[in-house]
Amino acid sequence: MAEITYREALTHGLKEAMDTDDRVFIMGEDIGAYGGAYAVTKGFLEHYGPKRIMDTPIAESGFTGAGVGAAMAGLRPVVELMTINFSLLALDQLVNHAAKIRYMSAGQFTVPLLVRTVTGGGAGLAATHSQNFENWYASVPGMTVAVPSTPYDALGLLRESFKHEDPVLLAEHALLYRLKGEVPDEWYTVPFGQADVKRRGSDVTLVAYSRMVHVALDAAQLLAARGVEAEVIDLRSLRPLDMETIYESVKKTGRVAVVEEAWRTGGFSAELASQVQEECFDYLDGPVARVNGEDVPQPYAINLERASIPDAQKVVDTLASVIGV
Amino acid sequence: MKVAQELTKEEMVDLYRKMQLIRVFEEQAGSQYMRGKIRGFLHLYIGEEAIAAGAISALGPDDYVITHYRDHGHALARGMDPKLAMAELFGRATGSSKGKGGSMHLFDASINFMGGYAIVGGQLPIATGLALAEQYKGTNNVVLCFLGDGALNEGEFHEAMNIAAIWHLPVIFFCENNLYGMGSPVGDVFAVKEIYRMAEVYEMPGKRIDGMDVLAVREAMTEVVDWVRSGNGPYFVEGMCYRFRGHSMADPSEYRHKDDEEYWKTKDPITALRRKLIGDQIVAESDLNDIDLEVEELINEAVQFADESPEPDLSTLYDDILG
Repeated sequence: MAEITYREALTHGLKEAMDTDDRVFIMGEDIGAYGGAYAVTKGFLEHYGPKRIMDTPIAESGFTGAGVGAAMAGLRPVVELMTINFSLLALDQLVNHAAKIRYMSAGQFTVPLLVRTVTGGGAGLAATHSQNFENWYASVPGMTVAVPSTPYDALGLLRESFKHEDPVLLAEHALLYRLKGEVPDEWYTVPFGQADVKRRGSDVTLVAYSRMVHVALDAAQLLAARGVEAEVIDLRSLRPLDMETIYESVKKTGRVAVVEEAWRTGGFSAELASQVQEECFDYLDGPVARVNGEDVPQPYAINLERASIPDAQKVVDTLASVIGV
Repeated sequence: MKVAQELTKEEMVDLYRKMQLIRVFEEQAGSQYMRGKIRGFLHLYIGEEAIAAGAISALGPDDYVITHYRDHGHALARGMDPKLAMAELFGRATGSSKGKGGSMHLFDASINFMGGYAIVGGQLPIATGLALAEQYKGTNNVVLCFLGDGALNEGEFHEAMNIAAIWHLPVIFFCENNLYGMGSPVGDVFAVKEIYRMAEVYEMPGKRIDGMDVLAVREAMTEVVDWVRSGNGPYFVEGMCYRFRGHSMADPSEYRHKDDEEYWKTKDPITALRRKLIGDQIVAESDLNDIDLEVEELINEAVQFADESPEPDLSTLYDDILG
């Protein structure tokens, strides 16, 4: 396949699942005739027909719940929630039902439901359309939350989702759809709970996920210019969470910063900081630094918006002020 | 009371047995709750037995039942073993959900009993999904989804009604209108006076029936199930009924008038069917007395089974979160 975009990787993975498993069908708002708000399912309606490519009313709880029921009845529905902001309208189905039915029925029923949604800010859409909630879902037992940062991971995690017997939230970042990357022809998957070391370094560990992986890599370049070698870790999934890879790195570097687009208060970075200090306290040469989105509703004006989202310079500045790197 | 000529004697006796089973189960559950054997919320179905027994008896074995948190009656009417249900209420390892779900979350995959859902309205979108799956697979199975009157004011009700209607899904929404959403009278919280008419805006057929008359419920539901099974799309039924106890065991029901309670008790569905079966000389009174004794014995055994069953092992705390 060589080099394809993040969007093409997702399209490829969905087609593959549709072609190999009759139980797979896709539903969501404007995924059919319109082709999907982010064009991932463009052409699918023509190819697969309306039985398997279902345009839904704008009723997030209604069609997400329909996905839960269809999954309980033996199908493998894919529900596209146009953005993670709209997923709040389906919280009852996702949190109260999808994530709990296996447990509450003692395994009599399972919900193999894949929810694809779009996360993140930075597209000039202001406060209601620029949020990150993948960290919220990651706190729910029974949910699996995948957060790909590259075309390779997008396809690998998508394939993994179709092997999974429980609900998966795949949070695709709005600004990554045009990102290109290598994807091999040979079949592969990316297991949940397996972080990826994107860059080796011995001086400081940068932990990130989704688009912030690229920000962390940019920051590593700036640091390298000053002779500081950063190790960059991409979590790839928030639940399950691969802490071992982080511990191993932190025990080597002694310094760590978490880079996350979501708000600082209650951010996933706080969870990581807590676990790192419990496990690696004696190895740390300074506090665990957190680089998060500013605690503001994301503003519209481009300069304000930029100031609200972490960038490479903010990572470097935070490292300097918190750890003294 | 309805004549329901198409029912055999055995079918009518079975309806009696089912209602009595639910009644005695619920009375025992109430007293075990008072003895501290059952914890949390306990919502009893006493007074509403005609709906679960009558409606579910119109289904086939491959159809689905899904319901709300006042779910014991539906589970038992569908065929759940009272031992498993009682043990679940007791929070024991032998319960239908191994003690993980409790009273409000009974599930039984072996009889397509898809669960009790304790967030008002939450089961409605799921019911449409079950129906969508059957339509997708090309079966002619139907979904019977119970909801309380309170659920009709939830957004999920309207989303599910619209989706069921536009996709012509084989689902029956059966609203048990027991006149109160917890303590709020239906008349205070609905802009619509006859709530079954809310189906009209979705161009879905709907009707109101007497939910205290098990033969009327059975007769209406036989027609409705046939209609939905024949591919005509969804249907809405409103069964008028009354719970003889409070909303839950924690509710002394002080917001209801004694006169109303007395009036509805004269419509007790079990007494009514008993009177009819004996009066029309369909069954001898002694046969019904025998059934009462059998049911009493069955439920006593269920209580004993639950009481003697072990608590779940602590090692099961993390079981069944993921596959």
